[in-house]
Amino acid sequence: MEIIILFAPVLGSLLSGFGHHLLGERFAISAATALLFLAAALSWIVFLGHDGATETRSIVRFIDSGDLTAEWAIRVDRLTAIMLVVITTVSALVHLYSFGYMHNDPQWPENESYKPRFFAYLSFFTFAMLALVTSDNLLQLFFGWEGVGVASYLLIGFYYRKPSANAAAIKAFIVNRVGDFGLLLGIFTLFLATDAITFDSIFAAAPQLAERTIPFLWMSPNIAELAAVLLFVGAAGKSAQLFLHTWLPDAMEGPTPVSALIHAATMVTAGVFLVCRMSPLFEFAPSALAFVAVMGGATALFAASVGLVQNDIKRVIAYSTCSQLGYMFVATGIGAYQVAMFHLFTHAFFKAMLFLGAGSVIHAMHHEQDMRNYGGLRRRIPLTYAAMMIGTLAITGVGLPLTHYGFAGFVSKDAIIESSFAAGELGTALFWVLVLAAAMTSFYSWRLMFLTFFGHERGDSHAHANAHESPSAMLIPLAVLAVGSVVAGTLWYDVFFGARVEEWFAASVFTGAGNHVIHDAHSVPKWVKASPFAAMLVGLAIAWLFYIHRPDLPHRLARVHRPLYILLLNKWYFDELYEVILVRPAKWLGRRLWLTGDGRIIDGTLHLVARQAVPRLSQLAGRLQSGYIFDYAFAVVIGMGVILVIMLALTGG
Amino acid sequence: MENLLSIIIFTPLVSAVIMALFLPGDDRNAMMNVRILALVATVTTFLISLFLLAGFDRTETGFQFVEEYTWLFGLKYKLGVDGISILFVMLTTFLMPVTILACWHVETRVKEFMITFLILETLMIGVFCALDLVLFYFFFESGLIPMFLIIGIWGGKNRLYATFKFFLYTLLGSILMLIAMIALWVDAGTTDIVDLLGHRVSFMPLTLLGLEIHGGVQTIMWLAFFVSFAVKMPMWPVHTWLPDAHVEAPTGGSVILAAILLKMGGYGLLRFNLPMFPDASAYLAPLVMWLSVIAIIYASLVAMMQEDIKKLIAYSSVAHMGFVTMGIFAANQQGLDGAIFQMLSHGLISGALFLCVGMLYDRKHTRLIDDYGGVVVRMPRYAMILMFFTLANVGLPGTSGFVGEFLTLAGVFKVNTWVAVFAATGVILSAAYALWLYRRVVFGDLVRESLQDLHDITPRERLVFVPLVFFTLLLGLYPALVTDIIGASVAALVEQVTAEAFMPSPVATQ
Repeated sequence: MEIIILFAPVLGSLLSGFGHHLLGERFAISAATALLFLAAALSWIVFLGHDGATETRSIVRFIDSGDLTAEWAIRVDRLTAIMLVVITTVSALVHLYSFGYMHNDPQWPENESYKPRFFAYLSFFTFAMLALVTSDNLLQLFFGWEGVGVASYLLIGFYYRKPSANAAAIKAFIVNRVGDFGLLLGIFTLFLATDAITFDSIFAAAPQLAERTIPFLWMSPNIAELAAVLLFVGAAGKSAQLFLHTWLPDAMEGPTPVSALIHAATMVTAGVFLVCRMSPLFEFAPSALAFVAVMGGATALFAASVGLVQNDIKRVIAYSTCSQLGYMFVATGIGAYQVAMFHLFTHAFFKAMLFLGAGSVIHAMHHEQDMRNYGGLRRRIPLTYAAMMIGTLAITGVGLPLTHYGFAGFVSKDAIIESSFAAGELGTALFWVLVLAAAMTSFYSWRLMFLTFFGHERGDSHAHANAHESPSAMLIPLAVLAVGSVVAGTLWYDVFFGARVEEWFAASVFTGAGNHVIHDAHSVPKWVKASPFAAMLVGLAIAWLFYIHRPDLPHRLARVHRPLYILLLNKWYFDELYEVILVRPAKWLGRRLWLTGDGRIIDGTLHLVARQAVPRLSQLAGRLQSGYIFDYAFAVVIGMGVILVIMLALTGG
Repeated sequence: MENLLSIIIFTPLVSAVIMALFLPGDDRNAMMNVRILALVATVTTFLISLFLLAGFDRTETGFQFVEEYTWLFGLKYKLGVDGISILFVMLTTFLMPVTILACWHVETRVKEFMITFLILETLMIGVFCALDLVLFYFFFESGLIPMFLIIGIWGGKNRLYATFKFFLYTLLGSILMLIAMIALWVDAGTTDIVDLLGHRVSFMPLTLLGLEIHGGVQTIMWLAFFVSFAVKMPMWPVHTWLPDAHVEAPTGGSVILAAILLKMGGYGLLRFNLPMFPDASAYLAPLVMWLSVIAIIYASLVAMMQEDIKKLIAYSSVAHMGFVTMGIFAANQQGLDGAIFQMLSHGLISGALFLCVGMLYDRKHTRLIDDYGGVVVRMPRYAMILMFFTLANVGLPGTSGFVGEFLTLAGVFKVNTWVAVFAATGVILSAAYALWLYRRVVFGDLVRESLQDLHDITPRERLVFVPLVFFTLLLGLYPALVTDIIGASVAALVEQVTAEAFMPSPVATQ
């Protein structure tokens, strides 16, 4: 069954990518979608029927070089089962949604076929992501890791005529490669220390790794700590954590279904998955874990702060994703891997829906993405509005305080916030950071809702007049995700965070002997449990004040605190900083090495030798330029002959 | 088939002779006959070489299919292959028909062109099979002559400068290698490579002109061989002939140059430097590794700034060869497996990339990046194939380009983490130059008037890519195919050199 799940998307991708000439465009993309629904149905069967035991099935040998051996394999445990449903469900819905969204895309000329290519990329992405989560070794994981990266690159740059899309695609790939650089070194560290790259061998050796050091550059770090930090660098790249986050907002250049699938629900959570998967290692690397938690907290706050002022509807949601991923990393960093997976799971539903909802708005507004040109849309596209409202209620964390009844995000996000309070001093500090970020989350989410659906219509009145509700191919996925956004938290509370968590996750997540975070999280004070809800109310109140009650306030505030506003609007100038300290010096150096290094120094010396020290050769060169190429070849033959004669004389002796 | 290797080596040469003697005229029919004969000859050679692969015992670490004769003046004609060389023979016989097919449209001096290529094939296979110093030297050096001719006759505007530069560099290496070979013969009393592999040159310090040389004779010999092979690879800083040679070479010449001739350098290091001078190799390994790291970073940065597509790919070859030299001198299983793998893979990928550039050049007669843009609009199939090989060149897992980089880095990381960390930045830089190139040439809107009449690749051009795509994927998804064949010989080599010189501890050079 797992094999069908894994290879159905490959088949779909091939059918759509190469078969559409034979099968017809419509059939090819329908087949790809149908295969994804098949994979999704089977994934739910696996997920619901999974008993917690780890099963590994090997398919074929992969690599075999001395100690370095790995197989193509399918490893299914609880973590994998969770990822399977998340990936295939969102992917199937996004495939369906794309039928509507990509229909008659105005960015393409009449006669150009673009849909099969789009579906082929989507299906290929799904396959790579599945290969990543079903891996039983680091090499196959890396295959999936880079595979999703390529799919992401191709899809961000899908509108290949658009320079900004091309730039964003390259940026995504290269920034991810910076992360992969860390991941690769992490793999090498583990290979050096354990002579293996399969998870089981590494996990078995993890306790010893914590007691050994290796020489690494000028340091001799603890192996477990070093490997964990390097793996996290990879995770930070894929999951857009602070310093490696700059590609994610730009990735919104891709078509919106792509943003929902890859840049919200699945690929960007691969980093979180990696840390959870490697929990047997991270549990022996306390400093690395603290680092992960701090980076997660910093990202949650930073991204939320930028999200406050963005005007592009997709960029707001992109920063929101970045920030929510930060929450997940805080959860892993404090050792609450199950809670991180919980938020990953619920976030997939509501964030995919927010993106698809935004796509529906953009579709209705003829590819206008600037919220300053929206307003009052709830009357024109009521179903989309309803979906977006559910998504907003979910992400801001609306529910019954002190219970676990509420929208999906309420349950899982509060679980993270409570766990962090229970996780020692660092955790308590992060608790405050996360509460503050939760208030910001609430503010920017409601700001998005108010600017888009409330108030009066702004911008092009023609666009507003023609705004129409999306076709059912787009609304059905929204409805399904809406159900998930409402119930996923409450329904699965018990197994992800409640009483059954240990039994349910079984051996798929390892928690060290001293790790009681999830247990302790249930006994935090009541005010702690209520605080994220309060933060949500504060954010909502301010958003209401700014965008409904007194719409002039934001402008005044922006004027008064202009430097702060500009800083946030320009995303803390990370792009500009990287341009100045990395991109330009690299280009300058490349040019200098080429013209001065190769040209003046190396070739200059060569020419000098040729002209001065070997005058006869330069004479030869002069004759060459007169075009006697055969003379020259003849000279070489003669030279060879002389050499051979010497050899013969000596050897024949 | 006890003369299998000789048959493989001489089939192309005999075909060339037949072509020269029995296919007169230069009308269209004669030209077509010449092409067909060349294709048949190379395909036949490839098919015969499959027997070699089929009969090869992969558990055996020594040489197989050995032939030995004595000819003039007691010189030996001795051939044989082991796990290290056999796949280079296969790579050569595999790529030749592909190249001939890709050169189908060459119109000037077709007969001479094909004859030159066939002779070149004989000489190249000879290099990988020769088990005698003199014979090796003969194949190694004469292989250059056809390449000089290919660049000099069928090359671009600046071909004479490029050929001359190529010649100067190689001459330097040739002279040094010749002297070292003579010295080696004097020292060991034999030119038989199998015997030489068991011979140990003195590593005692030597004082020369008041300068004490660590490792004495062995170090000097190592250096002489090394310079010759380093030029061929090419390694930094003796690489500047390569971009010029590539730019001026016709497409077929570039393919063979990148795919096979460069590999002779790596093969030489594997066959001579590492096993024959293990102490000097261990002593100088850090030097090679740092030169390799410089090559990777330097060439990648330079590649990024190129304006000529071919030059860019040429610099990318220099960077990729950096992984090879680095892996060889890690002297462990992963490093050596990776180095060989990287060479085979680079043969496929760089060959394909030069074919891609050639197809654009055939259409628009320019190689400048700025003259293109939006090619995908008119050439979607071409865009797809170029994307595939661009990603393979970047080292995407699932393509053969990844395996070599991964294994060499894993091997080097065991020996020297500094080198591995710096070399791994090549992973980032290669993505930068390759994707940026792709974007500027293929993506964007098609606005140039001159490109409006571009047509997509023809069925013949597509056919050329089929085997290349197939093997790039196969080796990427199932690299065990290669590591199984080379594994035993590499393991024996590792054992030999570590037992003799390299410290067995995994973190030796720290």
